Amino acid sequence: MTRVRIPPVLRTQVNGQKEVEAAGSTVGEVMHDLIARYPAMGEQLMAADGGLHRFVNVYLNGQDVRYMQLLETPVAERDALIILPAMAGGR
Amino acid sequence: MTTDGSGRRYSSLIEAIGHTPLVEIPRFCPNPRVKLLVKLEGVNPTGSVKDRVARYMIEGLEAAGRLKGDSIVLEPSSGNTGIALAMICRLRGWPLTVVMPANVTRERRQMLDIYGAAVVESPAELGSNGAVALARQMAADDPRFVMPDQYANPLNPLAHYETTAPEIIADCPEIDAFVAGLGTGGTLTGVGRRLREHSPDVRIYAAEPMPGEMVQGLRSLEDGFVPEIFDPSVVDGKFLVTTAESIEALRRLTSLEGIFAGVSSGGVLVVASRVAEQMESGTVVALLADGGWKYLSEDVWSRDLEHESMEALNLW
Repeated sequence: MTRVRIPPVLRTQVNGQKEVEAAGSTVGEVMHDLIARYPAMGEQLMAADGGLHRFVNVYLNGQDVRYMQLLETPVAERDALIILPAMAGGR
Repeated sequence: MTTDGSGRRYSSLIEAIGHTPLVEIPRFCPNPRVKLLVKLEGVNPTGSVKDRVARYMIEGLEAAGRLKGDSIVLEPSSGNTGIALAMICRLRGWPLTVVMPANVTRERRQMLDIYGAAVVESPAELGSNGAVALARQMAADDPRFVMPDQYANPLNPLAHYETTAPEIIADCPEIDAFVAGLGTGGTLTGVGRRLREHSPDVRIYAAEPMPGEMVQGLRSLEDGFVPEIFDPSVVDGKFLVTTAESIEALRRLTSLEGIFAGVSSGGVLVVASRVAEQMESGTVVALLADGGWKYLSEDVWSRDLEHESMEALNLW
């Protein structure tokens, strides 16, 4: 199982939990397992075309999967996923 | 010590922006076969890389005739851009209002006061998103407000394309990888594009702050924000860095190399170290956006890194 950290803005969809578990050997499989467990997450995380929602960033062990193999990025047993909303930074 | 006899003379402080030093940090670098250099943007006139951007944006608004008579420059900024604009607006004669999250460090507020800029606070829990939204609303409501808008203004990356990157290429033509923090995306987009033209094999990496729980007060994902000027195709990898990791790197930088930099520089160095560790050999350049001065009041060199309240601060 992969640990998935949930940002405050999405926690109501997972009964208020900060971190949940989901299974899969790729980022896409883990995301789909997460949505199967918490269906309300579906339209929040994924766009209509099946890709990641524009304002969702997913990090595998701290690295943004958009710069890896996106949903095809392999996930190992002890890896950690972090889901974050896209937010303004900079000063 | 030698000198070429010139300390450089400028017709105004605005002309003195840029020309920052590139310094090797061999004691900090984790891989002895890799050369790691840092570009010290804290040496700029108001102490950050944002001097370059602020200059381009104000000169752009003036050239386009958008600043006139009763115009007030308005910008969302958690510090450095506001301070840079404040210096330039003072010299150019434009009043400035900065919209800033309420949880920024004391020094940033003080510097804006010193330069005579007006400050409007946005809710701390909405982070920079809240400052951007409030500033855009104010500009829509009052035509006197003119926004340089660092998140959407192509002159932001252009400043880096035309000044930061050529300095790096002149000082370090052998560069293999470049690392900078991701905020507006201006540095990565502008420097990255120019470096790719210099050598298509240069790798570009982004360091991104892990947002604390306290500054994630979005009502929904639709309040999310991706800066208009950021070109993700320029970037090869993007890494999240926690505030604690950033500060730990910052402390090592000061103790090993004597360099006193700001918190985002620590995050950039965490990523630069990872990149250097994975390279067989080569040269990495990391851009350190500001000096440590504006973070002294938060005790980042001595406080307990496990303390949770740190994540509530706006330190990047």
